[in-house]
Amino acid sequence: MEIPYTVAERPDTGVNNVKLGIWLFLASEVMLFGGLFSTYVILRLGGTDWPLGSDILSVPIGTFNTAVLIGSSVTMVMAHASLKMNQFDQFKKYMGLTVLLALVFLTVKSYEYFDKISHGDLPSASTFLAIYWTMTALHGLHIIGGVVVNGYFWGPGSKMFHSRPEMFANRVEAAGLYWHFVDLVWIFLFPVLYLL
Amino acid sequence: MSGSHDDTQHHISAYRKVAGALAVLTVVTVLASYIEVGVALGIVLALIIATTKGSLVASVFMHLKDEKSLWLTGTLILTVVFWFVLMLIPIMGRMDNVGTYKPLPNANAVAHEAH
Repeated sequence: MEIPYTVAERPDTGVNNVKLGIWLFLASEVMLFGGLFSTYVILRLGGTDWPLGSDILSVPIGTFNTAVLIGSSVTMVMAHASLKMNQFDQFKKYMGLTVLLALVFLTVKSYEYFDKISHGDLPSASTFLAIYWTMTALHGLHIIGGVVVNGYFWGPGSKMFHSRPEMFANRVEAAGLYWHFVDLVWIFLFPVLYLL
Repeated sequence: MSGSHDDTQHHISAYRKVAGALAVLTVVTVLASYIEVGVALGIVLALIIATTKGSLVASVFMHLKDEKSLWLTGTLILTVVFWFVLMLIPIMGRMDNVGTYKPLPNANAVAHEAH
């Protein structure tokens, strides 16, 4: 049986179910990360002492990773735009780049983590490090999830383009919305943890 | 495919502009953190730049500026309202002056106090 409204708009909502579904999921994600940002504010306001992020974390590394993630968001929108223009080869190139940039981000983040571990800067060392590890690790898990989904659409999942191009473009758009959200969270995490 | 070729070309031109703006604003965020304006103003400045970047991503990359579905916009407005509630919880905690405010017992950053 065909699942309805995966491509066509539902008359009552004005969008297809794929888009409404991913936005509802992202709304729940806003509350998940919002809770942690709220926790950060409570800890920071309640702390008798709070270190400057740039004294503990490397600003150049954080800036580099921010640029990498923004770059991956750009390649992601280009991947979707390529599908809209029926340019499958371009889609493969941009989606491949998106996954590659995500892997660069994870490699750099792992380097930062190992550096912290080697200096004994574990979550138990201070309140700042506890919230740093919690927020960046949760964000990192989201990046890993994005790599899996985007990697699937770049590889085996891309076969769908040849049979159901519109449905495939909608799937990539939903994956893209998730990916931009992950980028958006980092846009706030970077100044909050590294610079303030 | 929904949307014409010209529409997509128009979108691509917007993506390029936003990509440039995000790159510039990232540099501005880092440079602004070196300006001596005090902690409070520094935080406000950083959050204003981050919100600008976030709005660009949401409106252009996530196509929210073209979104007309009331279901979607309604969901997002509710999300924003409750996000503000979440952010207000710690601030209301600070403003509650019934009794004496005490710092959290575990609120320390002793490992890096020397900095």
